[in-house]
Amino acid sequence: MTKERRNDRILLQGSEACVRGALMAGCRFYAGYPITPATEIMEHMSRQLPKVGGVFIQMEDEIASLGAVIGASLAGLKSMTATSGPGFSLMQEHISFACMAEVPCVIVNVMRGGPSTGLPTLPAQGDVMQARWGAHGDHPIIVLCPSSTYEFFDLTVKAFNLSERYRIPVILLTDEVVAHMRESVALPPKEKIVIEERRKPSVPPEWYTPYDDKQTDVPPMPAFGEGYRYHVTGLAHDIRGYPTTRSDEVGYLIHRLFSKISRDFHLLQWFDSYQTEDSVVTIIAYGSVARSALYAVKAARENGLKVGLVKLKVLWPFMRQTVMRFLESSAKVLVPEMNMGQLSREVKRVNQGRCEIVTLNKADGTMLSPKEILRSLEDIYP
Amino acid sequence: MKEREHLIHNYLRSSKGFPHIWCPGCGIGILLGALIRAIDSGGYSKDDIVLISGIGCSGRLPTYVDFNTLHTTHGRALTFATGIKLANPSLKVIAVMGDGDATAIGGNHFIHTARRNVGITSIIINNNTYGMTGGQFSPTTPFGLKTSSSPYGNVESAFDICGLAREAGATFVARSTVYHARLLEQIIRLALDKEGFSVVEVISNCTTYFGREIGLASPVEMMKWQRDNAVLVEKAKDLREEELKQKIVIGVLVDRKAPAYHELYKELIAKCRLENNEI
Repeated sequence: MTKERRNDRILLQGSEACVRGALMAGCRFYAGYPITPATEIMEHMSRQLPKVGGVFIQMEDEIASLGAVIGASLAGLKSMTATSGPGFSLMQEHISFACMAEVPCVIVNVMRGGPSTGLPTLPAQGDVMQARWGAHGDHPIIVLCPSSTYEFFDLTVKAFNLSERYRIPVILLTDEVVAHMRESVALPPKEKIVIEERRKPSVPPEWYTPYDDKQTDVPPMPAFGEGYRYHVTGLAHDIRGYPTTRSDEVGYLIHRLFSKISRDFHLLQWFDSYQTEDSVVTIIAYGSVARSALYAVKAARENGLKVGLVKLKVLWPFMRQTVMRFLESSAKVLVPEMNMGQLSREVKRVNQGRCEIVTLNKADGTMLSPKEILRSLEDIYP
Repeated sequence: MKEREHLIHNYLRSSKGFPHIWCPGCGIGILLGALIRAIDSGGYSKDDIVLISGIGCSGRLPTYVDFNTLHTTHGRALTFATGIKLANPSLKVIAVMGDGDATAIGGNHFIHTARRNVGITSIIINNNTYGMTGGQFSPTTPFGLKTSSSPYGNVESAFDICGLAREAGATFVARSTVYHARLLEQIIRLALDKEGFSVVEVISNCTTYFGREIGLASPVEMMKWQRDNAVLVEKAKDLREEELKQKIVIGVLVDRKAPAYHELYKELIAKCRLENNEI
């Protein structure tokens, strides 16, 4: 590595990288409530946002935090909040609202040990299913999962992009290790980063239909104050935004909410794979566990075992197309998780007898070590 | 009268099918009329008004009016309102809530929004009951009253919403009944003109539930009760404490100066903003 290249690199904590990504993506509003291990994100935001003319507010609780975030987004600012398990539970009411009213926002959940107050300072992956189904009612959701400081930066930018593109809350699901770990990273220059803005209506206000778009299923969204005086509600609504109980109108709404995401499933297959070309046993992992898994794969290869790793960066919608490919090419798939088995349920659902699924679960506040994963690989290797 | 009706129709949404959902004789319609007249006399542009509500009978109010309108979750209207006001302080943000909405499920948000002095006009329609769900007791239901969820009598004592707002830091606090419609319009106008957090408590009548529970069976009887039991704040000074206990004090109760949150935050940004916006 040359001297100049080394100078491009900076030492960043995961939380700091997340904040840099958010600001780079154009985030100008943050509302939050202190909670371990997500507090650093809030503290960085409180320091940086005013410098770029943005607004930071510490609210009275997590319910209020996401409410303020949704309000700011309706007023035209890219907005986010960050929390951990107990706060994430409180936010579910407004995640559901943001899905129904189609308000872009980004929510970071730095997972810690649970249930309840659990293990505030220790990592876990127990909120995988809560991120998908925690909010009431049928709704699609996008959940991204970084496993390194650089990925936390990168996926935060992408979370804002997806949120603005699809008008949907996007959840960044990470864990205590990724949020607190410091790594040397080289962040890409601004001009190399793709930033998406929400589509605004191109028609005059009197022609604007706030909740219909036949082309993309994602209606254009003006900010409050821009002359498009429309109605936003959490009630089931017709294409003008007014409450309705007519089954044809409600059915159309719910189908559109789903299809705006499902039509683009193929664009949401984000993963990294290592040595899966000839792997007999393939690991499917995410978050900090994927880092241990990588070490385990390297060590196993040295011992002559044909093993590989697939690291998922999108947890929801579940990457059925991608995962199926590896289920078909492997004799066995190992799913290590810092929970009692959450994403492995999805893997099993997609598998339908294609290969043998083995789970490796741990939920005691300690990380899954490379050694533990290696031992498991050796045990199950055919 | 005709002109006044015409004025209201300038603000109602022609695209939204009426009739509205409120019961015959409900006081919310009188409030809506007063609110529209106050906004009109204040000279505000429809594009600059954001009208927000929570859940309950009051929650439906924004649907009918031609502003930027937002029907939020139960008790959380002020959290959304805070986000909107701070994101774009040039907007005139009004939150309409019920008594249960603002002081039970939303009590935490209410006191903290008042404490921060966020530039929001909050209008609390106090009908002393949960009307939408069928007349359960609320934080403003009188002690001892039998309701659908206190069949043996309410064992809780009632909140004084204006007192709560005053102590939490609201810079403008006023109360009116829907019977005193002209006063209501005037105090809403004053509340709108404040930069900080302003609170208007509107004593309203839920004839369908609360009226039945207290033995006043018609809207007219309930309005007469408001007329006979309300006393202007200026006259209340002359009454003894014992006499005041049975009365509803109406008028402007608090009007003080304090910098609003968005003004203070603007100063904060001015202090630390970087020239090129690059971190």
